[in-house]
Formats: sequence, C-alpha cells, structure tokens
Amino acid sequence: MVYRGPYKVRVEEKDVPTVEHPNDAIVRVTRAAICGSDLHLYHGLMPDTRVGTTFGHEFIGVVEEVGSSVQRLKRGDRVMVPFNIYCGSCFYCARGLYSNCHNVNPNATAVGGIYGYSHTTGGYDGGQAEFVRVPFADVGPALIPDWMDDDDAVLLTDALATGYFGAQLGDIVEGDVVVVFGAGPVGLYAAKSAWLMGAGRVIVVDHLDYRLEKARTFAHAETINFTEHDDVVVHMKRITGHLGADVAIDAVGAEADGNFLQHVTSAKLKLQGGSPVALNWAIDSVRKGATISVVGAYGPIFSAVKFGDALNKGLTLNMNQTPVKRQWPRLFEHIRNGYLKPSDIVTHRIPLEHIAEGYHMFSAKLDDCIKPIIVMEDAA
Amino acid sequence: MSEGADRPTMTYTAAKPPLPETPEQLRARIPGWGADLDPKDRPAVPQERFDPGATGAHWDFPERQVERYPRERSIEHGMLTPVFGTSAPLHGLSGAVRRLAYARYGEGRAAHWLLLIAGDRIDAVGSHLRSFATLHPDNPVTETGILSEGRRHGLASRYGRGRADVNHQWIDPVLVAGPWVAAGAGAFLGARALVRRARA
Repeated sequence: MVYRGPYKVRVEEKDVPTVEHPNDAIVRVTRAAICGSDLHLYHGLMPDTRVGTTFGHEFIGVVEEVGSSVQRLKRGDRVMVPFNIYCGSCFYCARGLYSNCHNVNPNATAVGGIYGYSHTTGGYDGGQAEFVRVPFADVGPALIPDWMDDDDAVLLTDALATGYFGAQLGDIVEGDVVVVFGAGPVGLYAAKSAWLMGAGRVIVVDHLDYRLEKARTFAHAETINFTEHDDVVVHMKRITGHLGADVAIDAVGAEADGNFLQHVTSAKLKLQGGSPVALNWAIDSVRKGATISVVGAYGPIFSAVKFGDALNKGLTLNMNQTPVKRQWPRLFEHIRNGYLKPSDIVTHRIPLEHIAEGYHMFSAKLDDCIKPIIVMEDAA
Repeated sequence: MSEGADRPTMTYTAAKPPLPETPEQLRARIPGWGADLDPKDRPAVPQERFDPGATGAHWDFPERQVERYPRERSIEHGMLTPVFGTSAPLHGLSGAVRRLAYARYGEGRAAHWLLLIAGDRIDAVGSHLRSFATLHPDNPVTETGILSEGRRHGLASRYGRGRADVNHQWIDPVLVAGPWVAAGAGAFLGARALVRRARA
C-alpha cells in the first residue's frame, strides 16, 4: 500500500526493496496488521508523512534475502519483526532502550526508528506490502516458534508487547486499583497484563460499547462508558472510595475523544501533537502519589497536558515506546501457559487489495472493528 | 459509609478502601493472576539495564549505509546516522520546505514541525495534481475506502450507540474534500472574472 495524502491510501506496484546495508534482510510479508497508531499517519497528524510511503510496523514473514554480514537468519526462515528498528550497539541499545536507538533515525533524535511510520521515525517503508527491508537482521527479528500461530505472532510485534509494557510501566503492586483508558488492542492487552502483575481491580474506560464488552470478556475488567457520565473523573473517584486509582494507563494517545475542543484542535486541525483527553483524565482520576503509564502514541508537537495537577499530586509518569524484543521471552511463556491468547481480539482479516476499506473501517470504528489483520494472498 | 455522614469516609483515614475480591478469588477467576507479581519477572523492569551483549550486534559501530543522495537530518544529530530509511526522497516544493525545516530548526522548535506539516500538505496536493497526468490518477472513492460505509454497516455502527466520536466525524469529509471544493470555486470565479473583463 502507499499513502496518497490524509485519509487516502491505495495499492500500487513499487520496486521490490533491496539490500542497502550488509546487515539488511528482505522479508516477504505473510501477515501484517493495521495499528491504531497508523491512524495518526492516515489522518495526517504525524509530521513528515510523505506521499508514496508504505505504512505498517506490525508484520511477520519469510526471509527472502540477507545481506553479507547477516549471521542469524537465512532465506526461508519464518520471522517476526519488532516494530522498532535498532542497531543493538549504541548508547541506548546497550542499555536495553531499543526503542530509543540513536543510529537508525537521522530525522529526529527524540524518537528511534520505526517501520512505515513517517520520516519522523527514519523514513523506512513498512510491512503493509508484499516485501519489506528489515535493517539489522541479526538484532531485531526472531524466528517464530513452531508452536505459535501467525495471528499471535503478528500481534506480538507491537500491540501485545506494548500493552504488556504499559502495565509494567505502571509499577503495579499487589492489590492496586488500575484504570486503563482505551479499550483498543493495546488497552485490552494492558488490562489483561495488569492482572498478571497482581492488580486487585482493573477498570477500563472507553466510549464504544462493543469494545467495553471485549474488556469484560477478554480482559476480565470492570468497564466505564464515559459518555454515560457527566464527569468521568468524579465517577472514578466515587467508585474508588474517593481516593482514585493507584495506577492509570493511557492506551489511547493522540486522537482521544471525550472533549470536542481538544479532539478538533489536535486530530483535525493539527494544532496539538495529540488530544490529551485520556492523559488528563488519568492525571485527575488517580490518587495522589500514583503512577501513570503512557503508551498511547502522541506526535512531537506540544499538547495541552495538565502538568500542574500532576505536580501537585506528586504523580510519577512513566512512558516510552516499547522495546518489543525484551518482552518476547516472558510473553511466549504466558501464551504457552494459556494466560494470554492474543488473537482473541482479532475481528477482521482482509486481503491487501482491500486495505483502503480496511483503513476506513478501522478509523471510523465500523462493523465493531477492534483489530484488523492483513493476510497476504500467498499466505491465506 | 456515606458522604456527608458524621464519620469520615475511608479515604480520610489511613486505611485503603477494601477491594471487592481477595487474591485467592482473583487467582481462581483470572488465568495467570499474579504470575508477574515479582518485579524480577517483568522484562522491562528496570527500563534501563546495561547489557550490551544481549542484542545480537556483532559490531561496536555499524557499517555505514551508502548515502546515494544528500540525506536530510535533524541538526540535533552530530552526523548522519549509519543506517537510514530511503523511502520517498525529498523532491519539489514540498522537499524544499521540509529541507528548510531540517536545516534551520531543531526538534524543540515549533517551526520545525509546523514546516514539516506544511510540507506534507504541499506534497499531498502536488501529488494529487500530478496523478492526473498519469495512467493511475487518484480516485477519491477507492482511496478513501468510503465504500466500506455500505459494506461494513456505516449507519448501524455509528448511530444509536452513544459514540462520542460521531459529533466530529462530519468534519472528516470537509477536511478531505473542502480544499478541493474551495479551489474549484476559486478557479471558477477567477475564470468568470476574466471572461467578463474580456467581454467588457
């Protein structure tokens, strides 16, 4: 697929990517997913999103070709590729901060490299395509275990890893009340992961009833539809003994609903890096001294965040893009033990040629869409 | 204990409000409850953990990718990174605006990002116009995916369900089509004025 401008994508023929660095691999994609954060690109919210680029940072596939210095992969290997592009050797990678790699993104120092996510994250084409260039093939990709199915594998490349990481950023201790803003894929996984860390109560907030239903059945969570309350912060206080939650997780990010002015000035008019409605609700609805985890994606421009309240309440804000590969060994265990079944949230499987309709459906939340996966024709 | 009662609610004493379920009940109800209770079992705790041997890199500094055209970079970088993306190189007016954003302003400046967004809009309009000179012109019907409104229950998905986003979704078609309608109207008015002037 290629981006043609805000709200427009299409399928067209592009040159098959080539090895541009000795540690590159070329991967033939078998599954890709559309991520909620792809919608920020699709809506024209992320600066330096160029016409002609290919989106897609959640994908798996088969190695088609490797560069001369690649040691760990060979042609024919079935691989899952984390959304982070990272060198494995810079100051940040040496400290496990793979999502903050300094050697892969010339366009910005404030963010690492990401597949198919604008030039602000390095200008790499993504995996919503038949073929994709995968830099640092000895560092990022991993072989997909034989026992793992393709849908679970593609969800491990971002959404599940990010939800799990978001719960970890909450520094949850046994018995904590955890509120998760957003019942999209990352929010659902974060809610599910909060239980693994010993939460005593997990509450998910959204405005889409079908997603809240999923939060109850998939993530075993209590739910709040914020449209049913005049002030969701006051409601949160009431149901937590007027204390507030111990931990909040922002799994919404830049296009949060719930405040018309905030949404329009950010998602529509691009005057903010993101609509901080969920983040502000998180700040206001937790107890003093609480921890807020932010894994929802925001753009690089300023946003109207209520830092005064965060300061006065003595909050700890933890955030980052997820270093995906660090999460995998433990997540593999949780999947094998039956604690997690990532593909339970997949609602739509679509061929690549229908991707424009897939984007519109996901963006407009049609047909009770939670997670659309693109299945390549050869892999169907 | 109710609000406004003589005795304070739990929050105003040292105790934490009680939870609705005990750990035993949670463990019985939720698969895997507490499996990562110990922070040592959490792979991202602490976030920063020095372990350079864990990544699989077999270099101290990566070999440099060949720079086949002048590659724009943030002025906050000390050099071009050894590896970079090569999708959609800068070109034309949008490229000039983006190049200015990178060459002149650091990432901390709003001008940097606003220029990049301006470049995005110029790129979109220019690409759209150029597509009409090709065998594959832009098609707003297929490229917006609007036909999924019929196939994916557009009305039933939106209305009567209390969705908070319905109050601003009407703006989307205005944002997409509005500039083209305005440009078309401007062109019509300009052409009409020229014709009237020629006749006068």
